Amino acid sequence: MRIVTASPVVATILLAWVVTILVAPWFEATAIEVRLEHILTSPSSEFVFGTDELGRSVAARVALGARYSLSLSLIVVAVCFCIGTFIGVAAGWYGGAVDLALVRLIDLALAFPGILLAIALAGLLGPGLDRLAIALVAVGWVGFARVARAQTLSLKHSDHVTSSRALGTADSTIMVTHILPLIAAPLIVEATFALAAIIVAEAGLSFLGLGIQPPTPSWGSMIRDGSRFMLIAPHFVLVPGLALVSVVLAINLLGDSLREQWAAGSRG
Amino acid sequence: MRDWSNGIAAQIGSALLTVIAVATIVFSLIHAVPGDPVDVLLGEYASTSDRAAIRTRLGLDAPLSTQWWHFLNGAVRLDFGESLLREQAVNDLLWFHLRYTALLAASAFVIAIAVGIPLGIIAATRVGGLADRGAMVLALLGLAVPNFVLGPVFIWIFAIHFGWLPAGGADSGAALILPALTLGISMAALLARMTRATMLEVINQPYMIAARARGLSSWSLNVHAMRNVALPVVTVMGLQLGALLGGAVITEAVFGWPGIGLLLVDAIQQRDYPVVQACVLVISLTYVGLNLVTEFVYRWLDPRVRC
Repeated sequence: MRIVTASPVVATILLAWVVTILVAPWFEATAIEVRLEHILTSPSSEFVFGTDELGRSVAARVALGARYSLSLSLIVVAVCFCIGTFIGVAAGWYGGAVDLALVRLIDLALAFPGILLAIALAGLLGPGLDRLAIALVAVGWVGFARVARAQTLSLKHSDHVTSSRALGTADSTIMVTHILPLIAAPLIVEATFALAAIIVAEAGLSFLGLGIQPPTPSWGSMIRDGSRFMLIAPHFVLVPGLALVSVVLAINLLGDSLREQWAAGSRG
Repeated sequence: MRDWSNGIAAQIGSALLTVIAVATIVFSLIHAVPGDPVDVLLGEYASTSDRAAIRTRLGLDAPLSTQWWHFLNGAVRLDFGESLLREQAVNDLLWFHLRYTALLAASAFVIAIAVGIPLGIIAATRVGGLADRGAMVLALLGLAVPNFVLGPVFIWIFAIHFGWLPAGGADSGAALILPALTLGISMAALLARMTRATMLEVINQPYMIAARARGLSSWSLNVHAMRNVALPVVTVMGLQLGALLGGAVITEAVFGWPGIGLLLVDAIQQRDYPVVQACVLVISLTYVGLNLVTEFVYRWLDPRVRC
């Protein structure tokens, strides 16, 4: 696998967010400190991005929100990656009844439009980061399963797999050592797009009040709270909104360039 | 022709299975509530008789198989019982709110087609040019800006700053414009990208080169190309119409548009389980139905799939 180059702008944005996540804990006190004398002030030298309806620093809250939103999304994507890949490879490898059953399961998960199932699950399971993660995983694993299954099917009868079978290698060993490494690239591309989608989904659930609960800051709930004060404090929505868009855009562009470079690599 | 009708029968059969499975999942959602849903509804200190009454109303006192059968039966007859809080049949609530969602989704769909497809064609016929780059940047942004960010920004610009349009509600026809734009733009972006990519592929096919060599006008060339561009675009449109239904939930919450999504979000917050189940079921079944229709349109458009 070759080293992948991302455009400087994309790399800078992503690096900036990684740094933000790492330094965010230092702003924890500022992010939850209520200062009623500073309610909804515009950006100034004291508050770079202004304050919210309780006089808390929007900058600090966006930074801390990044830490929660992005780390939760990363964990969710990692879990989806494992579950989806396991199901997809098993379906593609064993074929027959196993495949039929797993494909039905995949189709069933796809029968719910977009974020609807996550909304219903997050709403009924109730508040809590673990429950939010479960709701997102329930929707997110499908993409990985589809990619893994299609890729496994295309590799199943390739020469190196057939020879390995002839040597009597166990199924599980073949799947782990001869199939997984070859399907890793498309799965990682899938993971970047899934990460962007999960970040948006998490923010969407928090926007509806079904995700990360106050006083913990999250971009989605900041946007919801801020949209009540658009007249006097548009920064309250614009700052977390732009933060979200910049992350999603950068991750999607990274996914695009990964896909192009690996596609070019596999051609020769 | 016989194969074709067999194919349709198989499609309908598998859609029916999906419908039953979807209904079963929606049915089991209430059992996903941690602990006892009755406790969650009434709190721990409710009297025994109140608990028993709610339990009967939710049908939770019957055996699981009976509950499931009852739910499926109700779903087939489109009878979801009574709302727990609103003293109203769930059906009446559904029909009232469904009209608004249908109106919103249809308007967004029209916007998406009217903006996305021309944008994609213009971009494809001027590859690398200013129009192409502009269209693609717009498409990229349309995909990266979620509707709960775009919505408030639209409200800020068009309702608060300029005061041209209402910020929410559904009191006038003008109130439809901002939600429909918000919901339609991300789909327009996807359609534009898809149309451009397909158009680029089609333009370089031998039959297109032959048509160009015969000296066809650019208009008839476009008509020539469109039939083949339509195939993948129709598929994406069908799938996106479903995503539109999911996105409508959030868009309706942004603008307070009284559709089925707003009903769902309110019902979730009030723990009105029958309403939640009915909303999720109706939206999902609409989605399954739309996918089936997409499949048929696809077959009708492509004679290769037809025979």
